[in-house]
Amino acid sequence: MIYFNNVTKKYNDSVSLEDVNITIAAGEFVSIVGHSGAGKTTIIKLIMAEESPTIGTVFFESTDIHKLTKRDLLHFRRKVGVVFQDFRLLSNKTAYENIAFAMEATGKNDTEIAEDVPHVLELVDLTSKSLHFPYQLSGGEKQRLAIARAIITQPELIIADEPTGNLDPINTSEVVNILKKINDLGTTIILTTHNRSVIDQIKKRVITLENGRVVRDDKEGKYMI
Amino acid sequence: MFLTDTKRIIRSGYRNFVRSGFTSISSILIMTITLFVIISLIFIQTTLHNVLNDIKEKVDVTVYFVPDASEPAILDVKSALAKLPEVKSISYTSSDIALSTFKEKHSNDYSTLQALDELGGNPLGASLNIKAKDPSQYESISKYFENNNVLTQGTLSIIDKVDYHQNKVVIDRLTSIISGAKRLGFAISFVLILISIVITFSTIRLIIYMSREEISVMRLVGAGSKYIRGPFIVSGILVGLVASLVTIILFIPISIWLGNEMTDFIGINLYTYFKSNFLQLFIIILGSGVILGSIASTFAIGRYLRK
Repeated sequence: MIYFNNVTKKYNDSVSLEDVNITIAAGEFVSIVGHSGAGKTTIIKLIMAEESPTIGTVFFESTDIHKLTKRDLLHFRRKVGVVFQDFRLLSNKTAYENIAFAMEATGKNDTEIAEDVPHVLELVDLTSKSLHFPYQLSGGEKQRLAIARAIITQPELIIADEPTGNLDPINTSEVVNILKKINDLGTTIILTTHNRSVIDQIKKRVITLENGRVVRDDKEGKYMI
Repeated sequence: MFLTDTKRIIRSGYRNFVRSGFTSISSILIMTITLFVIISLIFIQTTLHNVLNDIKEKVDVTVYFVPDASEPAILDVKSALAKLPEVKSISYTSSDIALSTFKEKHSNDYSTLQALDELGGNPLGASLNIKAKDPSQYESISKYFENNNVLTQGTLSIIDKVDYHQNKVVIDRLTSIISGAKRLGFAISFVLILISIVITFSTIRLIIYMSREEISVMRLVGAGSKYIRGPFIVSGILVGLVASLVTIILFIPISIWLGNEMTDFIGINLYTYFKSNFLQLFIIILGSGVILGSIASTFAIGRYLRK
């Protein structure tokens, strides 16, 4: 589904990724681990086409992501759901509207929105908070809302960039369980983390980065650093 | 689809506007200041225009005729003058009227009236009071008396004096003050409007800058540029709408006060002016507010949507 071919990414003189080759198949749950600055976030940004590689190519199925036009990029992004460490919710919108916005953006009609949003809110156990604004939610609730927003458009791929970085252990394990559930339903998931317990809980493929290079790629990995 | 999108954009813009609370209020305030400057300048220009017209009205040139000049000869001169393109109006004062006006003026001045009686007959000549279309044209009118051959044929002798030369300094100075004041008025208005527009633009830019994170999130969720830009423009328009209402409402008591207190001083009742031109002023202010708000938002958000 996703192919990194000899990808190198430099910011000015500092090398963030060096000669990375990764293949991720559809339906996989891949965790990317490494210290801060190892290049985890750069990989995410390259997949989302927020950054372009200095050398090499990144493919989604058979298309080179960085050769997409602005319009095609829009459609590509709609196939990908993103969850961030800092949640990145729309602060002026209620929980319900945050999710509805993602559907509106993809051109869904009002009937679909009215049917799907409550369903997803129930899935992440936020039905009672649907009229709350992000600042009225706890960290765990915010992250569950972010996940709900990411899955509402039924994307083929979900990218979670340190989704548990700001959460306590109980909320962390809840978020991981939700992600596993989503993966069981067939959605590909790429997750970055430096939380050992998260990796141990997932028990799926782990890619380890060190100074911008892939140093390990384990089928059922453990946190090795 | 288009209808649904438009409906969603308007709803979203309205919600952002209402929920932003303090931010919306501050941009309304800034916008109100801008609109306030615009409407004040309209008032000032009107007042200035009025005052200058008043002054212009007071400038004139009078041609005095010798007392024994015959009325038909004077009327000949009048009709000749009326043909000049510079002349706006001419009023004829016969020697009889001049005398009665003089007497009326000095009705309390017994010694003057007695002296007049002793002179016997009417020592005052008739006169023509000439108003030009523009103060700068008095010179050419007065030259007409010096140069024109038509007048020299027997008519020059009946002219006692033309008071242009006595008034020349005043007229010249007024002419330059009037044209200077007009130019200065325009320049100041232009600069002030420009400054307030720049301030409004920067404020809206700052507000959108604060939303840049949200804009990037919207893009990551897959929202198109129009769909992201729309609500911000709607909010900008709402800011303009509310600010123009606030400005107009603020100007009601201000114009009443100006009408009550300043009418004698500036020679125009600004409250009457405000009332009789209300619709026009309202449209100007509303239009400025809405256009400023929407253009400022469009420009400000543009840079975050480019990538």
